[in-house]
Amino acid sequence: MTSARWLLLFAVLAVAGAAGLAIGPVSIGVVDVVRALAGSGDAQSVAIVRDLRLARVCLAMIAGAVLGMSGAALQGTLRNALAEPYLLGVSGGAAMGAVLAVVAGLTAAVALPVAAFGGAASAVALVLVIARVTSGRADPRVLLMAGVVVGAFANAAIMVLLAGAGEGTVRNALWWMMGSVAGAEWVTIRWLAFYALVAGTLLVAVARDIDLLALGEDAAAGLGVRVSSATRRIFLLSALLAAVTVAGAGLVGFVGLVVPAIARAFGIRRARELLLASAVLGAALVVGADVVARTVRAPAELPLGAVTALVGVPFFLVRLRRAA
Amino acid sequence: MITITNAVVRYPGARVNALDGASFVAQPGSITAVVGPNGSGKSTVVRALIGQVALASGSARVGAFDVATADRRAMARTLAVVTQREEPTFPLAARDYVMLGRYPHHGAWSALGPADAAVAEAAAVRAGASELMDRRTDELSGGEWQRVRLARALAQGGDVLVLDEPGTFLDVAHEMAAFGLLEELAREGRTILLVSHQLNLVARFAAHIVLLHHGHVAAAGTPADVMRGDVLEPVYDWPLVVARDPAVGAPVLIPLKRR
Repeated sequence: MTSARWLLLFAVLAVAGAAGLAIGPVSIGVVDVVRALAGSGDAQSVAIVRDLRLARVCLAMIAGAVLGMSGAALQGTLRNALAEPYLLGVSGGAAMGAVLAVVAGLTAAVALPVAAFGGAASAVALVLVIARVTSGRADPRVLLMAGVVVGAFANAAIMVLLAGAGEGTVRNALWWMMGSVAGAEWVTIRWLAFYALVAGTLLVAVARDIDLLALGEDAAAGLGVRVSSATRRIFLLSALLAAVTVAGAGLVGFVGLVVPAIARAFGIRRARELLLASAVLGAALVVGADVVARTVRAPAELPLGAVTALVGVPFFLVRLRRAA
Repeated sequence: MITITNAVVRYPGARVNALDGASFVAQPGSITAVVGPNGSGKSTVVRALIGQVALASGSARVGAFDVATADRRAMARTLAVVTQREEPTFPLAARDYVMLGRYPHHGAWSALGPADAAVAEAAAVRAGASELMDRRTDELSGGEWQRVRLARALAQGGDVLVLDEPGTFLDVAHEMAAFGLLEELAREGRTILLVSHQLNLVARFAAHIVLLHHGHVAAAGTPADVMRGDVLEPVYDWPLVVARDPAVGAPVLIPLKRR
């Protein structure tokens, strides 16, 4: 990967970030955005940029970066271009945890993210146990199937929970499930950023294992990888990364699937570069999607998860056509 | 050197042992071939050597390493394996693929450098794959891919090489060239272990043949010792005759039509 291309990737992210700060119900020029960030603009601009939009942009960047990395790691490790974090039971588990919290009437600010993370982590644990019991090892096919099945079960449970719930509860739960970075809190962001940095670094550290696992189990073993434990470790790291995002921003779908594919279409092959490029591209995609989500029908907001798909699919198709 | 001693492997759920007390040695400096019918345990030998199946009892050693306890990455610097089938999930440039053979020489944070590139390039030349380095793995023919994989194994830099059905996908010329190369590599002091169905081919190149049957060694020795009708017929359960290759006098197995 040439440095010109890396520059292009970061330029895309910078443009998305600038757009995220400048565009909204109140448009603020780029010069005023910079001034507001420095704290020297007019009071209204400072409040909008620093208190509202900066937090949103940061949360969107972290969510996108994490989902992109998680997808890149899983696709190589499970040897499947369709693998993405939400396929692995993470989304279903997180949604079930969140819906339980909503239905139980827990309204504290931390209740929802904690419940969502708890649900996602339980689902991931269940998937790993199923794979262990049925195949005696971390078989990628079993992991994928177990993930889909656990997710389907969780979705059914959600329907049951919501069937008897009031209209407001259903609306709250649905809104969360569609993903949003609107209520971004700095405390959540700091915590997420720390977690993402640690888990992301750990993933980059096992990037070579991901490269080798993508060759197949026996080939990877011949090149010095302990296949089952490496698969399990990468699966767990990726899934927990996704779980944390879900806790912070709800279900922002499609990013983990589409971003690594776009990065690969750019000619990036090595897992380490793919992880980094997917982080940058994922961040740009979600920030861009959030700009669309809050401007298209302003002052109403569109669900972020729907927009990531609407923005991502055309980009994906264009890259796919060029790569073919 | 590869030393397999009383190796027993049983796959979960299987009724019989895949390896049932097999013992043999592959010496450096020559080619050793493991042959046998389908299900005789040939591929299990390879899987045991790379730690993909654990031995229920017995031992497998590669050089100074005991496979059960060895650090896998350190062992991959001594032992390189070309498995029967391998398909990268995401196609990559052949050059990058051969460079994967250098991974066992690096930790998580040390970068591959020009020295690794030089080793990879030399390996490609050796395997007759240097003109393929700029191609993508999914654009290679079966024979080209096999040569690129051999280059990757050589790039690992070890002196023990294990190949599972190396002749698959190769036409006659490439097959002979590949086996000739393996012979040359062995003469330089490497240990070469072939797992193969192709008795006639290995009989020409291997110094030592190990015949597996139901997971144990039914016969072992020089091609002349093993390539005999009375040795092979009961193992393959099929009428056979062994003739002489008119050119070099190597034993040639001819399966008969069952009457």
